[in-house]
Amino acid sequence: MNAKEIRAPRLAYGETLVKLGAELDNLVVLDADLAHATMTTLFREQFPERFFNVGIAEQNMMGIAGGLALAGFMPFASTFAVFGAGRAFEQVRNTICYPRLNVKIAVTHAGITVGEDGGSHQSVEDISLMRSIPNMTVLVPADAVETEKAVRAAAVFDGPVYLRIPRPPAPVFIEAGAKFEIGKADILRDGRDVCLCATGLMVFQAVQAAEQLHAAGIEATVVNFHTIKPIDERLIIELAQRVGKMITVEEHSIIGGLGSAVAEVLSEQRPVYLKRIGIQDRFGQSGTPDQLLEAYGLTAANIVGAAKTLLARQAG
Amino acid sequence: MESLAPGELSQLNKRIRQDIIRMIGAAKSGHPGGSLSCVEILSTLYFRVMNVDPEHPRWEGRDRFVLSKGHAAPALYAVLAHRGYFPPEELLSLRQFGSRLQGHPDMKKTPGVDASTGSLGQGLSIAVGLALGGKLGGKAYRVFVVAGDGEIQEGQFWEAAMAAAHYKLSAVTLVLDYNGLQIDGTCEEVMSLGNVGDKLAAFGFAVSEVDGHSIAQLESAFRLPAQDRPKCIIAHTHKGCGVSFMEDQVGWHGKAPNAEEVARALSELGGVSS
Repeated sequence: MNAKEIRAPRLAYGETLVKLGAELDNLVVLDADLAHATMTTLFREQFPERFFNVGIAEQNMMGIAGGLALAGFMPFASTFAVFGAGRAFEQVRNTICYPRLNVKIAVTHAGITVGEDGGSHQSVEDISLMRSIPNMTVLVPADAVETEKAVRAAAVFDGPVYLRIPRPPAPVFIEAGAKFEIGKADILRDGRDVCLCATGLMVFQAVQAAEQLHAAGIEATVVNFHTIKPIDERLIIELAQRVGKMITVEEHSIIGGLGSAVAEVLSEQRPVYLKRIGIQDRFGQSGTPDQLLEAYGLTAANIVGAAKTLLARQAG
Repeated sequence: MESLAPGELSQLNKRIRQDIIRMIGAAKSGHPGGSLSCVEILSTLYFRVMNVDPEHPRWEGRDRFVLSKGHAAPALYAVLAHRGYFPPEELLSLRQFGSRLQGHPDMKKTPGVDASTGSLGQGLSIAVGLALGGKLGGKAYRVFVVAGDGEIQEGQFWEAAMAAAHYKLSAVTLVLDYNGLQIDGTCEEVMSLGNVGDKLAAFGFAVSEVDGHSIAQLESAFRLPAQDRPKCIIAHTHKGCGVSFMEDQVGWHGKAPNAEEVARALSELGGVSS
């Protein structure tokens, strides 16, 4: 599977908002002075009366979004992941999720691929935070095409959704016609030797790793977990039965993200050996996205290495 | 029961205070001080000011109410019950397992509750969102929010105050239940609020100050026009108002009266202990 083009998922987010804005009268968009980065500025240009820039005040933004939902609107509230999930955590919990208001929290600049801004702005724990709140749904699209699908699915879904979108332009590889169903992970490749469960930008790395493994005579299954919550339990159990050797890959801390979600299912329902590839309980730092992915062990080569180690361990 | 004349309302306020004492006494937990301080504010809103229909609690055109100081839920529940949203007999289920009357307001459970609140400092933001939505949807409803004075120590309150003025939300009326006390002491000693009227005026609110236990003063403040800006009514109140041993006492912020104290309070309020 090769990338057809390189495109920023956040650009797809902004463009999808514009399309949806024309379709849905009740769609409103909020931002906290990052509209040019989250790309909600595209929506503002088309629908200025339905766009609210609340200034640098994320907690207030979540409260206003809650009030707009109470008034019958469907707000998409955008900022960087570290602020949307972190700074405004308790507003998301109490004002939005507790009464299950129809607010979509669509954050960009998630993970270490934020790059040069450094560790203060690279959220490594947002999935963990958002996943732990009752009533919350967590979506992590893998590329620009899937970002549009995820945004559309969130708009159809009634209830709070957290959408995690990365900063850098990324390879587009998800088929335009692919089905996107909240809570159902997609098998991108079948292989009997090892199962790679990935989310976000790491899905493409997993696909590349599977190709490299194939060249080495190892057949990998690759699964795209675009939904972290609700996690696709049925498929995880099936994969554990069918393939048995599991690796999760995420651009997020290994604590509380995809790796944890998969581990929770496996340990209760079908214990198998699981290797979690992710950020090893540390903060990010400045650098280019590629330098950081390399430094934090989040490349296709790292996945290949982990798969080989896992297979050797199981054989031995 | 529909809107009440001021004389009838002050009679009802006694009844509401009795209900608050009975509810918190029966629940053996709750916040009597700040519930008793906002009785007139809430009852004046629901019986004299707000356009609501208890038969249709979700009617789109209704005025909205946000109890930002959600721990005063007993006062809100008593007012809603007497306004006809649910039977007053239900009040004694406060804080019990399975009750529609949760410890803090839950819009999913209680008829008439427009917003779930309880975590302080968040109500004005919700009100701003409701008012923006009203404007955008071409609806003429107003949004009333009651906040505690200690609560404005939360930074989010000021973010929301800035936004209410920025968006020129004349539909928003903020009432500060200014009783001067918070859990750990007086607001002055815990974290002094300074001149709140000046501060909110500087933020862009039309500010008025009233005796928060005077129905007439509250009502005329609610009826003051505010063009292109939000209103703030600083309602000077007494925590525990109506019960001599609770009045202006920090210790009665979050403590339930025992049976003997319930009886004493009820006799002061002209009610019968039961």
